[in-house]
Amino acid sequence: MSKNPIIRLENATKTHTLGSEEVHALDGINFTMEQGSFWAIMGPSGSGKSTTLNILGCLDHLTSGKYFLKEEDISQLNDDELSEIRLSHLGFIFQSFNLIPQLTVQENIELPLYYLNWQPNAYAKRARDLADLVGLADRLNHRPNELSGGQRQRVAIARSLANDPYIILADEPTGNLDSANGEQILQLIIDLNKNGKTIAMVTHDPDIAAHASHQLHIRDGKIDRIECRESKGE
Amino acid sequence: MQLTEIIRNVRLGIKDLMIHGLRSLLTMLGMVFGVGSVVAMLSVGEGAGKEALEQIQKLGSNNIIIDSVKPVEQASSSKGRFALDLYGLRYKDFERMVQAIADIKSAVPVKITREKAYYADNVLEVRVVGSTPDWFQLVDHNVLSGRVFQASDMSNRANVVVVTENVARKLLTFSGEQRSNIRIGSNFFEVVGIISSGDAKDGDGGVQTPDSPLDVYIPINVMRERFGDIAVRKVSGATIREKVELQQVIVQVNAKEQVESSALAIETMLANFHDKKDYTMRVPLALLRQAEATKRTFNIVLGSIAGISLLVGGIGIMNIMLATVTERTREIGIRRAIGARRGQIILQFLIETVLLSMFGGIIGIFLGLLIPFLITYFADLETIVTWYSIVFSFGISLTVGVIFGLYPAVRAANLNPIEALRHE
Repeated sequence: MSKNPIIRLENATKTHTLGSEEVHALDGINFTMEQGSFWAIMGPSGSGKSTTLNILGCLDHLTSGKYFLKEEDISQLNDDELSEIRLSHLGFIFQSFNLIPQLTVQENIELPLYYLNWQPNAYAKRARDLADLVGLADRLNHRPNELSGGQRQRVAIARSLANDPYIILADEPTGNLDSANGEQILQLIIDLNKNGKTIAMVTHDPDIAAHASHQLHIRDGKIDRIECRESKGE
Repeated sequence: MQLTEIIRNVRLGIKDLMIHGLRSLLTMLGMVFGVGSVVAMLSVGEGAGKEALEQIQKLGSNNIIIDSVKPVEQASSSKGRFALDLYGLRYKDFERMVQAIADIKSAVPVKITREKAYYADNVLEVRVVGSTPDWFQLVDHNVLSGRVFQASDMSNRANVVVVTENVARKLLTFSGEQRSNIRIGSNFFEVVGIISSGDAKDGDGGVQTPDSPLDVYIPINVMRERFGDIAVRKVSGATIREKVELQQVIVQVNAKEQVESSALAIETMLANFHDKKDYTMRVPLALLRQAEATKRTFNIVLGSIAGISLLVGGIGIMNIMLATVTERTREIGIRRAIGARRGQIILQFLIETVLLSMFGGIIGIFLGLLIPFLITYFADLETIVTWYSIVFSFGISLTVGVIFGLYPAVRAANLNPIEALRHE
């Protein structure tokens, strides 16, 4: 069944210790994400869906269990090595956009490429191409506070694509947008997926989740169910 | 860590500092005044010490100067109208010194008295110095015209005189021709040479050099014959008669290392033959060391005060950087999520702090150059800005930047990215 797995969690457990009490944010989760799939991670608040995304995004460590990225176990890596994985292979889209306010659109898109040590003319071209892709070619020298919410999220999407990641991790990307803008952003994400990007998106909106190929429902740190939509457009 | 990364961070740092221009400027002020005061204070210290050191150096670092002084006890005992005060160095002392002290290279006896000098209608009160030809070797001067007197003048008991430039100008009123006879007291002397005037300002609290601007020099044996050893002075109605054989002896030893031992030997020898301490000894080398030590202490004190302001400046910078880190927590979270390593975050904030302190330092150096100029202009105090004080204070400002920048930078890098991203 698994033709080309990108991410595989094996018995993933995350435990927070609050005083003497242990809280299982994740309690033995197993799933495999394949290349080109579109996962919606759902669940009530406090269920562990954000923790799942942080784990997938290498921002957090597992307490126990294994995390395979492209069949490589990365659950024991240190902070610098995880930074390197985020830099090279992961892209993030946040609910609140998280652009750096003092940088221009172009500089925000270029940011991952700075840390990847690209040459200036190479990353400038890449930033222009990506701005073009999200329809903001004429806004390159604007600052984030000069843009609308929808436009900001487009910049964030362009930035998440800069390093050509294995997978894009989106945390309620339409949560701060009105329905019209939210629709457009969602369409952009769907288009990315159609072009082959693997996507994991946290959402609580079933209508948005309906566009995903897989729906991962989490409850109390455990997998409630995984719904797989067979008729996924290629 | 590559050069391009540093350059990129420098540009980013400048940009971030410019966003809060006024705040950056105010933060820099601490550094500006710190560095400025270090440079300025060291320049004042350097200038203050210089004059004293130069005067001491003129005395000659290999020299020992012994002066006759009136002993304190005897000063009150001189009652009676014709009482004769007898004190000071003797001709015998000089001979014993030359014979007994091994390291002496040369030594000159000096007799000094004040007389009126006459030429044509001009009258001038001069200091008459009787000595040997060696005097001109031991005391720094230039022969402007003619010659100094020689051993043959001594043996011939010639009435020859060497005058300083000032005397020549004031008494002879011209300086070209020397073959004039001047009258000193009641004796005529032939002017054989003119030498440059000593520039010692009497009574300015500095170290007195053995020459003075209004000197005339004659052979010591001639002086002894013509003027004798007894000086009569009228002080507030009373007539004081003093007999002093030698006012001064200047001794030069072969090497610096022998100065202190020779001085001790002379001291011991003089103490044997003098009941009262009617002489003082000046050792320029010791004075030099003392002056240098004083200057060093002065510099350390001034430097420490200025150093405290540097420290305060550094703390000010750290304070602002800590505030900046808090303010930019979100940005740090974003950069970490995108994949910046901790080290790169540290570098970013460290460079920003160093830029702040470095710009402060550069402005401070200009301030430090301006202040001594103003001090010299308005207070007429000599100041010397040394290159090492500039290098030193600039180095300190960089170091302060690194030290006080490190903590905020490390704190920024150690933020948990998940929490940083949630920070409002």
